[in-house]
Amino acid sequence: MTDPETKHRPAAPALASRLLPLAGIALLLLLWDLAIRFSRVPLLPGPLAVARAIGELAQKGFLFKHVVASLFRVTWGYLLAVAVGVPFGILLAWYRRGGLALAPLVEVVRPISALAWIPLAILWFGVGDLSSVFIIFVASVFPLAVASMSAVEGVSTTHWNAGRNFGLTPGEIARRVLLPAILPRLLVGLRLALGIAWLVVVAAEMIAVDSGLGFLIIDARNAGNRYDLVVAGMVLIGTIGLALDAAMRGIERLPALRWGYAANVSAEAA
Amino acid sequence: MISASSPEPAPGRTKLAIRGLSMMFRGADAEVRVLEALDLDVREGEFVCILGPSGCGKSTLLNIVAGFLPPSSGTVRIDGEEVRGPDPRRIFVFQERGVFPWLTVEGNIGFGLGRLPKTERGKRIRHYVRLVGLEGFEKAYPHELSGGMKQRVEVARALAVDPDMLYLDEPFGALDSITRLEMRRELLRIWQAEKKTILFVTHDIEESVQLADRVVVLSARPARIRRIVEIDLPHPRDLSSRRYLELRDGIFEEIGLAHRV
Repeated sequence: MTDPETKHRPAAPALASRLLPLAGIALLLLLWDLAIRFSRVPLLPGPLAVARAIGELAQKGFLFKHVVASLFRVTWGYLLAVAVGVPFGILLAWYRRGGLALAPLVEVVRPISALAWIPLAILWFGVGDLSSVFIIFVASVFPLAVASMSAVEGVSTTHWNAGRNFGLTPGEIARRVLLPAILPRLLVGLRLALGIAWLVVVAAEMIAVDSGLGFLIIDARNAGNRYDLVVAGMVLIGTIGLALDAAMRGIERLPALRWGYAANVSAEAA
Repeated sequence: MISASSPEPAPGRTKLAIRGLSMMFRGADAEVRVLEALDLDVREGEFVCILGPSGCGKSTLLNIVAGFLPPSSGTVRIDGEEVRGPDPRRIFVFQERGVFPWLTVEGNIGFGLGRLPKTERGKRIRHYVRLVGLEGFEKAYPHELSGGMKQRVEVARALAVDPDMLYLDEPFGALDSITRLEMRRELLRIWQAEKKTILFVTHDIEESVQLADRVVVLSARPARIRRIVEIDLPHPRDLSSRRYLELRDGIFEEIGLAHRV
């Protein structure tokens, strides 16, 4: 009774899926350049001016410094948020009563923009790195808690029961059922939260720090209206954000996690 | 039917005893009675089908027997001992949804064998992979398998821990009719080879008559036992024999279905 009938997905047309985004970017750059050339008012520096500005930053060694400074703050704020938000969310879902008591609190604090925390951040941590890290932390910790909570709530009763049926201790169930079951959803939450952490880096670096891409943007405007540097900062933030997102998506595609997508698709179809 | 060459007690000993089992769920504004005063004995090594219309509470009954749900009143005893929770000696086979999608076929089948030494574990996994005919798919993940193959993974995972009872909740409901027939034949073969006591929930009359020693016919909610039908047919069963059709039609009538399409 062997049936070799297995499910295969159609292979993505690799070349087209790689070339089309590049073509899109090229088209955008071209339109940008043409728009700047044909408009009389200097609304925006052109792509070449921005490229030159990035080159200038690289040459003076500022590029590396700013990028590293921003990544450093985001890494710390984000890792702290992961260390606090993920276990907190899991525990809220695991202990229903705790969840019922604390979930509304999370829902109230969550929609408050990270920017609103800036005065308190300065009051508590002064102006400097610590405040920036705190802003990034606050921005990403609540989405992480909520994502972890809903990931645990999404574990199917069937899988819980199967775990219990095989005589697993609560610790083993946590490690062998809960953790792998929530991982795909959790990774999506982690990716989105990293996006948010990176999104608020500019705001977080407005708090009188002297490095980072956010600082670069504010500083370039204040010190002589260098809009080419402003846009260079924006382009760098966008590019690095894209790279971070791609890296997280790479993790989501690991074979042991791929099921998450297949399962989600069939659950939606059902 | 089964040769009594095992060291276990001869068939006939009571394995499972259900007494006065009732279940109520608290609904939005009223209590919903799901099971009402059920009494049932299942002998060791017996294959019993629980048959009833959809939503009658037969799955609830199986979940209570398995220890996943505490009953509102009444008792479930297995080997004289009251059931107070799930137990690895009695494995529940869900529809194919029960396989762990994050584990390979091997990982799933070995899931309940964590306490065995590695070599013994590997040996058992290989044995059950072969038993359910999944050689060559050991490293495959469930999403790469068809529904029937996933169902076989679940059956193998259950058998690998060598339980003495299997609870199957409409296990073949999601399969196509050819695979379903094949799986029934497989299950009977395994049941005869491994001498398990099997409780099998289904809403499919034909399925129950093909598989069971006895069919327990439940009423609509709240479920009561309407009748217990002894299926006195040897395996393999001839699905066109007069006795088979007689038994099947008897149950059709009992449930009140004219069997015409």
